[in-house]
Amino acid sequence: MCTLEKRGRVYLLTLTGTDEHRLNPMLLDAVRSALARVRSEAAASSDGGAALVTAAEGKFFSNGFDLAWARASPSLRPGLMTAALHRTLADLLSLPMPTIAAVTGHVSAAGCFLALSHDYVVMRADRGFFYMSEVDIGLPIVDSLMSVMRAKIPDPRTRRDVLLRGKKVTAAEAEARGIVDRAVVGAREAVEAAIAMGEELAARNWDGEVYASIRKGLFKEVCKGLGLEEASGEEAAAAAAAALTKQPSSKL
Amino acid sequence: MFALERRDRVFVLTITGDGEHRLNADAIASLRSSLAEIRSQVAAAPGGYALVTAAEGRFFSNGFDLAWANAAGTPSASRQRLSSLVALFRPVVADLLSLPMPTVAAVTGHAAAAGFMLAISHDYAVMRGDRGVLYMSELDIGLPFPDYFMSLMRAKIADIRTLRDVTLRAKKFSAAEAEARGIVDSVHGSAAETVEAALRMAKELAARNWDGGVYATIRMGAFPEACAAVGLEEEGDEEKGKTFVSKL
Repeated sequence: MCTLEKRGRVYLLTLTGTDEHRLNPMLLDAVRSALARVRSEAAASSDGGAALVTAAEGKFFSNGFDLAWARASPSLRPGLMTAALHRTLADLLSLPMPTIAAVTGHVSAAGCFLALSHDYVVMRADRGFFYMSEVDIGLPIVDSLMSVMRAKIPDPRTRRDVLLRGKKVTAAEAEARGIVDRAVVGAREAVEAAIAMGEELAARNWDGEVYASIRKGLFKEVCKGLGLEEASGEEAAAAAAAALTKQPSSKL
Repeated sequence: MFALERRDRVFVLTITGDGEHRLNADAIASLRSSLAEIRSQVAAAPGGYALVTAAEGRFFSNGFDLAWANAAGTPSASRQRLSSLVALFRPVVADLLSLPMPTVAAVTGHAAAAGFMLAISHDYAVMRGDRGVLYMSELDIGLPFPDYFMSLMRAKIADIRTLRDVTLRAKKFSAAEAEARGIVDSVHGSAAETVEAALRMAKELAARNWDGGVYATIRMGAFPEACAAVGLEEEGDEEKGKTFVSKL
């Protein structure tokens, strides 16, 4: 369901197959396993900084929750799917390295949450829409996921057009309106651009745990909704003290 | 003062008469009962609808009826009257933020203070370009903002410099400037053209046939602080879960 490879300092996680990459617990668990491997390999490595790029094969990045799967057991499966997505987003938000989504195709509904839970988003320019379909389908959005929208799309008009107008946003418009960071023509080119961005970020050699801690502070509300604890004041002070002893005095 | 009509799937609420459309207790009551009427009509016949709010004359609304408040006689009695208007208007904002359909304000004239708030309580705002300003007059008059005014402005005007100019500079925004700074969505020639544009937009939005309840829930999730400030509680995840399952 997904593959993991390493390109230089960048871990490339690819959702495989030409299907819609619907988010069900099976796919999400595969993604989480890959993220766990990224975490442990990065911890064991002495290579310095790293970065994650998440991409997908085919026409879709992800078309959202697997509603067909959920329909088969409507009293149990929707909750299981939401919980699995929560855990995946929590893994991404706590990943000790910069993360980039290479949105190589259509992304809609829950797929948008997956993409926006990355630090950066590069989107394929020549085809594919960013589309929050929930209003069109009549599906409510739980607050923990909505908080991702609020955090990543602060502009009220853009938020309204995306959520309340069900706008199918092209990559160019998404870039202009600040939903994604870059629009790049071609799927392969979009992935390459994301990897290049990853290399640049990895080369900064940031301490991964500190990076994750800063990210969690920046997106406090989202993390709280996903059950991620922020580092306490004490832990942050201890980390700062440890970092200071490592720095050459010229850098301080 | 508030006249309600229905044109197929679009409800049109018009603030009638040539005056400043000052909001006093009667006007607010009339507005609330119109919004209640809309809700009951759509509950009886679910489907896609939209609301347009417009006004006759040179003013959209110039805010609360301060003349009535000042006529109370003593400063403390005046303050009480003003407080009562602030308290009465809060549920209007709540009604609009929870209305189960898209809402479009056709800002056909000056919109100041509570009148400005009335406009931005709508999902979309279109404004006449030939005259009229948007203006938060409170600083010039020496009045603080009610908390919910500030929450609403923070929700709908994200740019911090624009928000500063609106609240701390008491700036009078022309339609063109309001559009450039993201306060209104589009500018149109005359009042009539503005209303036409609002009706066209509302018709399009109504034709999307959205589930009104889900629309309102998504709106509240998009602007939770403003909603909380006017006493609206968002539906819990359990309720949302039930709706989700019913739609599968």
